[in-house]
Amino acid sequence: MNNISVLMTCPMFPYLEQELETRFNLIKLWNPSSSKPEFFKNYSNFIKAVVGNTKVGADADMIDSLPNLEIVASYSVGLDKIDLDKCKEKGIEVTNTPDVLTNDVADLAIGLALAVLRKICVCDQFVRGGKWIRGDFGLATKFSGKSVGIVGLGRIGSAIAKRAEVFGCPISYHSRSKKPNTNYIYYSNIVDLAANCQILIVACALTEETHHIVDRKVIDALGLKGILINIGRGAHVDEPELVSALVEGRLGGAGLDVFENEPDVPEQLFALKNVVLVPHVGSDTEETSKAMADLVISNLEAYFKGEPLLTPVL
Amino acid sequence: MAPHNNSYPSQHDLPNVLILKLPPSFVIFGEHFFDSAKFRFLKAYESSLPLPQFLLAHAQSVQAILSSGGAPVTADTICLLPNLRLVVTTSQGLNHIDLSECRRRGIAVAGAGTIFSADCADSVVELLIDVLRKVSAANRFVKQGLWSSQGDYPLGSKLGGKRVGIVGLGNIGSEVAKRLEAFGCSISYNSRNKKPSVPYAFYPNVGELAANCDALIICCALTDETYHLINKEVLSALGKDGVIINIARGPIVDEKELVRCLVEGEIRGAGLDVFEHEPDVPHELFALDNVVMSPHNAVFTRESFEDLRKIVVGNLEAFFSNEPLLTAVNLDDQPHFSG
Repeated sequence: MNNISVLMTCPMFPYLEQELETRFNLIKLWNPSSSKPEFFKNYSNFIKAVVGNTKVGADADMIDSLPNLEIVASYSVGLDKIDLDKCKEKGIEVTNTPDVLTNDVADLAIGLALAVLRKICVCDQFVRGGKWIRGDFGLATKFSGKSVGIVGLGRIGSAIAKRAEVFGCPISYHSRSKKPNTNYIYYSNIVDLAANCQILIVACALTEETHHIVDRKVIDALGLKGILINIGRGAHVDEPELVSALVEGRLGGAGLDVFENEPDVPEQLFALKNVVLVPHVGSDTEETSKAMADLVISNLEAYFKGEPLLTPVL
Repeated sequence: MAPHNNSYPSQHDLPNVLILKLPPSFVIFGEHFFDSAKFRFLKAYESSLPLPQFLLAHAQSVQAILSSGGAPVTADTICLLPNLRLVVTTSQGLNHIDLSECRRRGIAVAGAGTIFSADCADSVVELLIDVLRKVSAANRFVKQGLWSSQGDYPLGSKLGGKRVGIVGLGNIGSEVAKRLEAFGCSISYNSRNKKPSVPYAFYPNVGELAANCDALIICCALTDETYHLINKEVLSALGKDGVIINIARGPIVDEKELVRCLVEGEIRGAGLDVFEHEPDVPHELFALDNVVMSPHNAVFTRESFEDLRKIVVGNLEAFFSNEPLLTAVNLDDQPHFSG
């Protein structure tokens, strides 16, 4: 398959690059030569596959500029950076990396909730800064038993629920529709969910409907006793509203893995002790990155061998 | 002259509960935190008398002591209090109380029971996720504005599938096991005795446990047997990819050796709520991103303190009403810590 040209949209994971390079003719979009107009004149007709991720996917412009594109294999489970309608229209296959990253993302969601309520980042800073010798830290909030509300009870949402349950946390959720076979409490309205839980966790896919699903009303309903955990997409949350609520002390706290304009993070959040910020690392472990990369490779190999795709989206 | 109303005993009629040193609860909540209509506190720390003299002055009246981790109840103290029949402690650990002397004198000890188990177990999970997924370090990275300038953060390590070895499978250890199983970890343990009805693999010694796990969690009591239990050999068995989490007592771990292993990269990382010489923490740890530290405050949540208040007052009131204690410690089962 070394004569098949695959376009990688941005640096993702060295192992993935190496594996793609040994199997295909890998073209890196971020190479200086690739950004020149000649690139598209010379190479665009040859590109049959795009490997994208959460930063640079395959939008309408890119798809239009690659007339022989047959498959988009995303190094992510989220599809918000891929123009799915255009792919459908042109018969382009799309694959993603579900399941292999579910546990890591769920682990981080719980880790962020623990960190915000129990103030571990602040504790660590307190000890590191030599303050323990001079004084006491004060009180944190217990995590076990707190009510958890999950937005989106898909693979990741369910994995979060399964973990939170073991801490004695009552679970409720909001979803497009009620899920059969669960004992969790369903709220058809996200504001009601927020009003009835203490830890609100965003775990749904980003679509037009879920854009800014966490808005001022939801933040107000969550209130002083509540915290927001976002391991979905930055655009799930009205970020300026979230920032005001935190800065003005109207929301109990937040643990955020994603932001509207990554890698830019609102600086007003930096000094807040009830806010924990991590740089979109939900699936960023050695093990999962490799598993995701293997899945991307397997999907591409299957496609070009004429075998069934492992994790097709369309 | 108004008749004396027996329903409201005057302060002088109330039995004394001796407090040797200011407990953390009083520092945070004020000195009325454990107030009750059934007893009053005799605060040794408010007196200008040296402790032995204070005890001599009040020896006959003291039937109960309220102790906290930083206020040891030694044989010397017990010796000066002939009518002492109960020690209530606000801490989970009992290593600051001379349990052998209590047993010899027939003095009951009431502990925290299981009220702190959830917070302790939550602290273990929080520290383990933090070390493996670099939460605190990544939080520092973002808050220093480095994400835009330096780009992506180094990869962490997956929690799911990790082999967790628990040292001490008591109530806290069991709560830890229950939680980490839900994250896809496999559990094994070492304890004084194998637990018959427990589904986890038992290792008769800590070295073997360490050699067969990826995360070693210290949940046992500090006793003469467990002092420096986690030593050079155990840390070496844990190995380069191993993580250690200690929410029990600092002296269970040979801290100098632990620091050396961390500085030289001989183990993957550590999550520590306790240290050998609190509040002193080895400065070498401050520069390490693979270490997460908290100031011995795993149970310092509003909720646990409210539970503590109820149990301390409950135990003391039960004692003075000749009712069974709520959380009596079985002294026959407690190994000693010489301190």
